[in-house]
Amino acid sequence: MSYSISLTVNGDQRRVELDDPRVTLLDLLRERLDLTGTKKGCDRGQCGACTVLVDGRRVNSCLSLAVTLDGADITTIEGLADGDTLHPVQAAFIEHDGFQCGYCTPGQIMSAVGLISEGHAGEDPERVREGMSGNLCRCAAYHGITEAVIDATRRMAETSERKSA
Amino acid sequence: MYETNYHRASSVDEAAQLMGNAGEGKYLAGGMTLIATMKQRLAAPSDLIDLRHIGSMKGITVNGRNVTIGAGTSHYDVASSDALKAVCPALCSLASHIGDPHVRHMGTIGGSVANDDPAADYPSAVLALNMTVKTNKREIAADDFFVGMFETALEEGEIIVSFSFEAPDKAAYQKFPNPASRYAMAGVFVAKKGSDVRVAVTGAGSNGVFRHQGMEAALKAAWAPDALAAVSVDAGMMMADIHGNSDYRANLVKVMAKRAVAAAG
Repeated sequence: MSYSISLTVNGDQRRVELDDPRVTLLDLLRERLDLTGTKKGCDRGQCGACTVLVDGRRVNSCLSLAVTLDGADITTIEGLADGDTLHPVQAAFIEHDGFQCGYCTPGQIMSAVGLISEGHAGEDPERVREGMSGNLCRCAAYHGITEAVIDATRRMAETSERKSA
Repeated sequence: MYETNYHRASSVDEAAQLMGNAGEGKYLAGGMTLIATMKQRLAAPSDLIDLRHIGSMKGITVNGRNVTIGAGTSHYDVASSDALKAVCPALCSLASHIGDPHVRHMGTIGGSVANDDPAADYPSAVLALNMTVKTNKREIAADDFFVGMFETALEEGEIIVSFSFEAPDKAAYQKFPNPASRYAMAGVFVAKKGSDVRVAVTGAGSNGVFRHQGMEAALKAAWAPDALAAVSVDAGMMMADIHGNSDYRANLVKVMAKRAVAAAG
């Protein structure tokens, strides 16, 4: 049985034929759409390395079957920067050393983008840590990650204030 | 994962029909347990029947003190519902501490309750808030719903459609989460409505979620954390695993119950 789905991936309409319903969104992105920025860590929803945004909400792409997402809007790490201009969260991770080996970083950044748009954590470090609890970092760069998320939250709030002023 | 067929249901009736035609079918809600289980080859359904696109199963309605939550509503939507927060903030708080944010965006209340993991959070709320579980066939009272670990009163192919309850006067949920999985090692939901008090315990019992009559009686006599001091929690009823033995869990149940009563105010 074959399944046809259409997705918007980083703004581009993609039509995908799946010959098997077991393909996860993670495997679809990495192996069929050549978007290898999204990482496979545990492949069972524990580490968060595969975090992407589905309709604006962060999910583990390893636990989402692609076939269930027909019509969804997907954002991956490749869709954040505007040309050579980094997304504020990407820039903040570099500035605050929010990583060491970098393997978990795409997931951390996507999770942070989701967290900031959810708007529940603000600039409270404890709430940011809780809000980022779905993303593990074996290098334990948590201190830098928390600082980066808070800094990016602040900068993005300032930018949107300036825009609305 | 073994080979499987996929079917997207657009209505509850269609889903039930698809299940009827399937060999060894499984309903797919959020998939936060099922997909991981399939990857470990602990489940091998011949057919997956996707409930995620049934609009009528999603959303929260609050009419006065009466609450109805669609089974397909995500933990995130329960946690962030202002209407629900206004009448039963304890349930929002419970939902906001399930797993991690990624899981809360995908996982659903219906999926969690139907799966009835002995350490899941929601079953304690269903019992303590005396929810009515509405399925595509009937209405099931909370006290009749949970049978044992991963075992409910649901019949083959039966689908939970919604949960309804009348908001309590006071309620709170406190859990001691496993630091890695955030599943409850002991979670206690207390609810008081008029003179009625219900105390439900998850994560600790060797037969899944249960009500604790001793604590309910003590809290009926006096709604205060100290009222629980003399109540004994039987360690013989508690589960034991690498995370904690049964004595430890029995003690945790009491500590969480006291904290819940204090939090409920």
